[in-house]
Amino acid sequence: MQPYKKHTSIAALMDRSNVDTDQIIPKQFLKKVERTGFGIHLFHDWRYLDDGITPNPDFELNKPAFKGAKILVAGDNFGCGSSREHAPWAIEDYGFNTVISTSFADIFFSNCFKNGIIPIKVTPAELDALMAEISGNEGVEFTVDLEEEKLTTPGGIVINIEVDPFRKQSLLEGLDDIAWSLKHEDKITAFEEKHKQQLPWLWK
Amino acid sequence: MNRTMYEKIWDSHLVHEPEGGTPLLYVDRQLMHEVTSPQAFEGMKLKNRKIRNPHSVLATMDHCVPTTKAGRATLVDPIAKKQIETMAANCDEHGLNLYDMESPNNGVIHIVVPEHGFVHPGMVACCGDSHTATHGAFGALAFGIGTSEVEHVMATQTLQQKKSKTMQVKVDGKLTKFATAKDIALAVIGKIGTAGGTGYVIEFAGEAVRNLTMEGRMTLCNMAIEGGARAGLIAPDQTTFDYLEGKEFAPKGDDWDAAVTYWKSLVSDEGATFDAVVELDAAEIAPQVTWGTSPEQVINVNAPIPGPDDFDDKIKKQAAESALKYMGLEAGQSLTDVKLDIIFIGSCTNGRIEDFRAAAELLKGKKVAPGIQAIAVPGSYLVKNQAEAEGLDKIFVEAGWEWREPSCSMCLAMNGDQLAPGQRSASTSNRNFEGRQGKGGRTHLLSPAMAAAASVAGTFVDIRDWA
Repeated sequence: MQPYKKHTSIAALMDRSNVDTDQIIPKQFLKKVERTGFGIHLFHDWRYLDDGITPNPDFELNKPAFKGAKILVAGDNFGCGSSREHAPWAIEDYGFNTVISTSFADIFFSNCFKNGIIPIKVTPAELDALMAEISGNEGVEFTVDLEEEKLTTPGGIVINIEVDPFRKQSLLEGLDDIAWSLKHEDKITAFEEKHKQQLPWLWK
Repeated sequence: MNRTMYEKIWDSHLVHEPEGGTPLLYVDRQLMHEVTSPQAFEGMKLKNRKIRNPHSVLATMDHCVPTTKAGRATLVDPIAKKQIETMAANCDEHGLNLYDMESPNNGVIHIVVPEHGFVHPGMVACCGDSHTATHGAFGALAFGIGTSEVEHVMATQTLQQKKSKTMQVKVDGKLTKFATAKDIALAVIGKIGTAGGTGYVIEFAGEAVRNLTMEGRMTLCNMAIEGGARAGLIAPDQTTFDYLEGKEFAPKGDDWDAAVTYWKSLVSDEGATFDAVVELDAAEIAPQVTWGTSPEQVINVNAPIPGPDDFDDKIKKQAAESALKYMGLEAGQSLTDVKLDIIFIGSCTNGRIEDFRAAAELLKGKKVAPGIQAIAVPGSYLVKNQAEAEGLDKIFVEAGWEWREPSCSMCLAMNGDQLAPGQRSASTSNRNFEGRQGKGGRTHLLSPAMAAAASVAGTFVDIRDWA
């Protein structure tokens, strides 16, 4: 996982609520056994016309102003539905490393951190302000400073990023979660010994 | 201190709670299928890691599996074929218990696991699949995880997990004759919304929940995720113990008695407090049908389809407008005027024997309406064989239904069974998202009995006054 660095990037606007994982990455693309290459399928059913190839000019992310965007600003309850990690894989592979919404579905939220994406929760009023700034300014760039826990915009909006300290550190350093957990292997083993005595039938 | 069932399971699985960090929670059982595991196995290989407890794993093949004929030879899609072969090779390499496509035990993971008693009350169980919530029916903490977390469990037998808040959903009173667990699930989601349970683990309680069979409880917990919850839970009781006793992976002999004693201790203490409580009166739950593109867009079958004006909230108004457009419906329209194309009974929500019995009851001596394609997909080979032993398959076939092989099938339409653009389905599955059953396809969720009646009428019917 790439370390998450402070960046100033174009913010793309997706003014839709309940964007579900079936929209983020439709099921026909879940058959691959690799982790990479999902970006071209991101939002497939919305993004392409019926031929599946021609970009749909009405789809928001196809607007030239959003080209190269790393920040996605979307409506409530983003990422609801399935546990498929193909969703953050597609988002990351497309080029986003930040998603901003008022709320995220639990599994999607956790999946983001494993893939160098920060999901930022904001209040409905903050979301309205961010959306208004993107709508009113072609190609507006926001700055995300995870170290300082701040999101700032040219229009003067400053938002404190609330993030769990452990997840923040993992993102900043691009850490492997498994390696961290395995540092506590002695505790896992001790737990298993105790568990085996208490619930022996689980181990037969 | 009085604790909820969730808190008891949490406390008994806490391995380590680092200062300022995310707790490590022990995982007793890991369930797998072909779609969300290959990248985890690949990650293990790259780091040269071994699966910590291969005996904690049960795997099936379900998402990509065709329903037209049994066996691997039916896999014509080369990418699906590779995924299935990769699954078999990975399970073989790591010594995991896999019910292969060719196994008489294969089927949808969340149907197969309970059939063999693999998840017990008080366990923590995970799977790279959001409908893992199903196993909460046993009083196990069971939830879906992403593939990175699948790999984490493989390597460490733990998860980095934050403690959830608790919500009690209490359904008191008795269900009316044609209301089912599916109708409770949809009514709850209609009430709390698809994000209503976000951050919570829901414990379902109350007389109507206690009165459900194990299969009904599985249907209810299965859809906890559709309400945004991390997991659903139902306290284990005699119904649970009777279901588990004698199953392949259930405790035996003295272990059984010790296990039952332990399981009884798991129920929420009298006076334990929940962070939120939601109450429903079972007697008021009518057969439910979704009208939109989110499971929360649901109504009583006899209610008019709502429109943007029926909602105060700005976001709900917008959602209603776009859902009606996508679904090709108008506000005020009656569901009984909506013409259907495809009827699907199956999935981890409603692919169990009781579901097929309920549907067959309504189909006996009737015929599918002209122009309707109706597909019955048992959730496993054990379900299929049982249904055939009871002659249910004949009732379906004589009514004009297709009796297929077990698979996830049209629930997520990965295996080739899907809607064409504009086609409308009545489906016993769990998600009615745009394109879920095929691009441009329009999905209405409902119970198996309601689906059976709809196949005969060609439209939705209120089975309470239908003969």
